Amino acid sequence: MSDTLVATPTPVEGARSSRPGRFRNPWRHPWFLEGFTWLYLVWSLAPIVVAVLFSFNNGKSQSAFQGLSVRWYWGDKVNSIWYNPQLHSAIFQTLRLSFYTTLIAVPIGVAFALGINKWRGRVSASFNFLMILSFVVPELIFGVALYFIFTQMPGLHQVGLGTRAEVLGLVSWNLSWPAIIVQARLVTIGKQYEEASADLGCTHLQTLRRVMLPLLMPAIFASAILVFSGVIDDFVVVDLLSSNGSTQPMSVIIYSTVHGGNNGPALNALATVMLLMSFVVAGLGFVGYRLMTRGQRVSGQQTLATLAGAD
Amino acid sequence: MTVQAPPQPPATAAGPAGQPGDRRGFQPNKTFWILLALPGMLWLIVLFVVPFYAVLAIGEGKLNTQTKSPIAVYNPFSWSSANLSNVLHEIFGAQAFIGPTVVTTILYVAAASILSLLIAYPAAYFVARFAGRRKGFFLVLLVAPFWISYMMRMLAWIDLLQTNGYVNKVWSFIGLGSPNWLGGHSYTVILGLVYGYIPYLILVLYAGLDRINPSLLEAGRDLGLSRAATFWRVTLPLSRQPILTGMLITVLPMIGDYYTNTLLSGAPGTAMIGNVIDGQLTEPFAAGQGAILSMVVLLVLIGPMIYYVVATNRTSQAAS
Repeated sequence: MSDTLVATPTPVEGARSSRPGRFRNPWRHPWFLEGFTWLYLVWSLAPIVVAVLFSFNNGKSQSAFQGLSVRWYWGDKVNSIWYNPQLHSAIFQTLRLSFYTTLIAVPIGVAFALGINKWRGRVSASFNFLMILSFVVPELIFGVALYFIFTQMPGLHQVGLGTRAEVLGLVSWNLSWPAIIVQARLVTIGKQYEEASADLGCTHLQTLRRVMLPLLMPAIFASAILVFSGVIDDFVVVDLLSSNGSTQPMSVIIYSTVHGGNNGPALNALATVMLLMSFVVAGLGFVGYRLMTRGQRVSGQQTLATLAGAD
Repeated sequence: MTVQAPPQPPATAAGPAGQPGDRRGFQPNKTFWILLALPGMLWLIVLFVVPFYAVLAIGEGKLNTQTKSPIAVYNPFSWSSANLSNVLHEIFGAQAFIGPTVVTTILYVAAASILSLLIAYPAAYFVARFAGRRKGFFLVLLVAPFWISYMMRMLAWIDLLQTNGYVNKVWSFIGLGSPNWLGGHSYTVILGLVYGYIPYLILVLYAGLDRINPSLLEAGRDLGLSRAATFWRVTLPLSRQPILTGMLITVLPMIGDYYTNTLLSGAPGTAMIGNVIDGQLTEPFAAGQGAILSMVVLLVLIGPMIYYVVATNRTSQAAS
């Protein structure tokens, strides 16, 4: 099985291996490792499957399954996510936040990446450093800082807590995705294209519009997907910056309801909606990225890694 | 086939020096690029730098005894250190209540991150080296948790760990009784942290291991090393960097985590530093202290954070 990676003609192993029995073949399949990996995968994904299953529970319990139903989605006239106004509005709040944040963060981040990449000075280096720092700072500490400026600081406390503060906070928290991804892509693209376009008489703006942006499109798209899904999953910033029930997105509703101790399968239904949303975004991202990078020999695995932010 | 670096902060503006084509005279004016970067820079100043300054100003500021809320003092020359000394007193003093929390945090994070590494490394190693044609399939499964919200993943465990939940059904079936998992135990919190943060670690490890040139391993084998010895002397040294960055990318958010143990335990005995900060924000009289506490945590973490930035920069420059 190790053929693709260690494609060697099986060499003289018998000669040097003096150990007995099953240890003799050095290219044997590592069954133990494979079993371990499967165990890990089951442990990591089975709970999710169970949670989704419980969202279709016909009873109130989250620990015993009492038959399939959709009552927690729309059947129940009071507690289902369709009829409970709080759960209902949480879905739209999440979508709203994701949409606004992506719309603001991606253009600013992309422009920042392009500018910093070409500027190359001490100032730009420091700002780039700050940008990457904002990527690793613990979210709680960042959220606390934002909480204080939106509640206390002259000039900014007018923003107050709520949707506006959430969007501003989420944009700052997610700005580093497009900035980092686009810069990485710029490094791989190299300089020859823009030099050619400049030699042919294009201005900066024309080069940007006709050469760089088309080349960067897959990276920009990937970062938009990452920002959008990042906001769906985000919890800390929105938890600290939401004002009341009406501005709480799904993650915060799940947290505060579980914490309050009155959770029921409707919460599982809400979480399942959230899951579905993320998977739709991921699926669109995958298909879109594949289409955009057609003919560039980008493998599916690479696409996956890119969309998980690991590229 | 190769997947590159972990979340990849790219080359700094200083850039790989002496790259061909890096001609100074090529771009006569930089104004265009500066203008392009300007909105992002302003955003970073107003909503990244200023907030931290404001936290300092509030932490080092005064207290409005009527409204029980802090008053920020923006002039550093009139800062008071009342909050700072309070916080330090509560961490190190005799009747400190934050002190034990700091110890708990360190223990939990250490246990959770070591456990994560022990689980994540073999799995990442298998997928990167031995999955062969099934690599894509395994990768999808490894990446899937990224697209599942943290809250949902915690909710899933809360369902399973109820006293009459599925875990206890298995537990009592093999005769281990039915423990109250969610009743404030450190092991539940640690396992929750492992479960929550391991996908990030595993992906960084996978990317790092996948990048290792197979011919280096072949060379090891050709020169007579056993499989174990090749791993020990070639693979492991080459994965030092991914291990370090992967650990950082999980440890840093774990330290600021307050939700995992609120959900899985809720007992004050398992509180972590994040819970203290989060709790002090809205507590009368305490917001200033919360501010200072978060700054102290930031100060402790700034070293590892900078290390992460520098290390990933180096990797991406080497890759390009």
